[in-house]
Amino acid sequence: MTDNEHEIEQPDERVPKRVIGTPAPGTSLLGDQPEAAAAATAGGETPGVTLQDEQKARKAERIVSLCFLITFAAGIAFLIFYVILPVGSPEATGLSNLALGGTLTLAVLGLAVGIVVWVRQIMPKYSLVQDRHDMVSAKEDRAVVAETFLQGANESGFVKRKMLRRTLLLGAAPLGLIPLILLRDLDNNDMPASQFHNELRHTVWGEKTKEGKNLRLVVEGTGQPIRAADFNSPGGILSVVPEGYEHDLTVLAKATLILIKFRPEEIKSGTNKNWTHDGIVAYSKICTHVGCPAALYEQTTHHILCPCHQSTFDAADGAKVIFGPAARPLPQLPISVDDQGYLIAQGDFAVPVGPSFWERGDAEAAVRAKGGQA
Amino acid sequence: MTRITAWRRHPLARYAVLILALALVGTVYATFVQVSRPADAALAAGKVDDVAEGKSLFEAHCSSCHGLNAQGTATGPTLIGVGAAAVDFQMSTGRMPASDPGAQVPRKPLPDWVKKNPDAIRQISAYVQSLGGGPQVPGKEQVDPKLGDAAKGGELFRANCIQCHNWAGAGGALTRGKYAPNLNEATPEQIYEAMVTGPQAMPVFNDSTITPEEKRNMIAYITQVREQKDPGGFGLGRIGPVTEGLVVWIVGILALVLASIWITAKKRQKS
Repeated sequence: MTDNEHEIEQPDERVPKRVIGTPAPGTSLLGDQPEAAAAATAGGETPGVTLQDEQKARKAERIVSLCFLITFAAGIAFLIFYVILPVGSPEATGLSNLALGGTLTLAVLGLAVGIVVWVRQIMPKYSLVQDRHDMVSAKEDRAVVAETFLQGANESGFVKRKMLRRTLLLGAAPLGLIPLILLRDLDNNDMPASQFHNELRHTVWGEKTKEGKNLRLVVEGTGQPIRAADFNSPGGILSVVPEGYEHDLTVLAKATLILIKFRPEEIKSGTNKNWTHDGIVAYSKICTHVGCPAALYEQTTHHILCPCHQSTFDAADGAKVIFGPAARPLPQLPISVDDQGYLIAQGDFAVPVGPSFWERGDAEAAVRAKGGQA
Repeated sequence: MTRITAWRRHPLARYAVLILALALVGTVYATFVQVSRPADAALAAGKVDDVAEGKSLFEAHCSSCHGLNAQGTATGPTLIGVGAAAVDFQMSTGRMPASDPGAQVPRKPLPDWVKKNPDAIRQISAYVQSLGGGPQVPGKEQVDPKLGDAAKGGELFRANCIQCHNWAGAGGALTRGKYAPNLNEATPEQIYEAMVTGPQAMPVFNDSTITPEEKRNMIAYITQVREQKDPGGFGLGRIGPVTEGLVVWIVGILALVLASIWITAKKRQKS
């Protein structure tokens, strides 16, 4: 309809017969109720509309007003609590949160309940019948759309003028390529993708200290280096981090270990004994499924359980998977002791730690081909 | 000179000397005993009695599973070398004597014979300690939460304990019916003993890697956290997203559904 404001003469066929989604002219929102409508009109009332019983409505009015009064009181209480309640300590903040949240909830709830009761008990009831319109548009509508589209296509010259079409497609091509290039570098490490792949494969355990020594294992939480002779109770476990990186979370996300002490006869063939020291074995704490910290250790069964998806590893047998969705054992870190008797890393993990990634391939097979060394 | 001689010949002198000598002997003995008692020497008469008493209690209540000489049987492990701390932990929490074999022996009220005899646990502990040494029961000061640094303890607790016991000590499930118990009922002594002895599936945290002072810090953290109020309202067992999600789905969404049913319900019309 608005098109006609421009006073451009339109062919009759282009003028829409009616706005799509509205009832066709001449149909009533109230459905086909000619007799009822006639009767209602005769009585001076709107057809299909039932007024509420005045007595009940008055009762409801009081309920609604009560709800609104509750809203008023709760709103005032909110302001008062906001002013008088201190928020210095955690306990005081907790109380303040409870008071403010509670009063605000009460205020909004009172408003909501009041409005619903208002609508349900006081406002008149309508019985509306609205037919669903057909899923398919009318035949003439579809014909108009198709015609309009083709006409537009022809008028634009997209079909006829080849140079326009080709340069447009050419111009759009780089725009389509941009996301692909951006995706390749979707990491926050400020490093090229090749180095990022390297990052996935290695942890800081392969590094040396400034003095050129291998990194010591230190207790997570205290930073104390661990003397092998002190970690001497079979059934013991410790969460361990690399020396010098105790608080570097980016490093710890890959390099955190669990250190387990066994009686020597408990260690099975799956564990690489050259990488242990006196019954002490170090495994990556990062689950090979999706990277949760797997450290629920049962000293009686030697199970390491991951809390996220119940992957279970046999710590005595090279942390092989005995249950759950993890596909590979927890990588074992080669450890040894330095001249002062402290536990050190012999080097980095032989295989990438943590969950799988696209380029990981069969890292275990690659290690075996190199002779099983890190 | 003559005066002293006169005193010496006084008829009461011999009694005075006797009393003095007795007092001297008594004082020396008392000081000696006072010094030797905390020194925990095996010669202290009470200790030997404890071991003997403990042995007879052990034979009556424990030997059916652990063997007459605590050497272990098919149903119970050997207790040689587990130490007094292990016995004190298992018995004071009511886990031992165990009532029935299962995936895990639960905490339960003390049996009557232990309740009636307050020395029973100490005596059996002393007997087991005499068999092969092992971790000792900690002293009061060694586990006093007030002397610990909860912040430092929290760091260690979060690194080594929360994977099983939850950040607030609420416990959690392990494999095949085993579970990490919650720490709310554990006394500071029991927490310490559990760390040094590693009861059931729990790993051992010995004193040479986690020092007694660090253990006391952890005890301070555990006791402080469990005494904290929940600032956000209901703690929901403090076991994290599982209960919270459950409550949101069951209570929250149910409330939303009921509210929308109420708002949109069609009122029955008379006529």
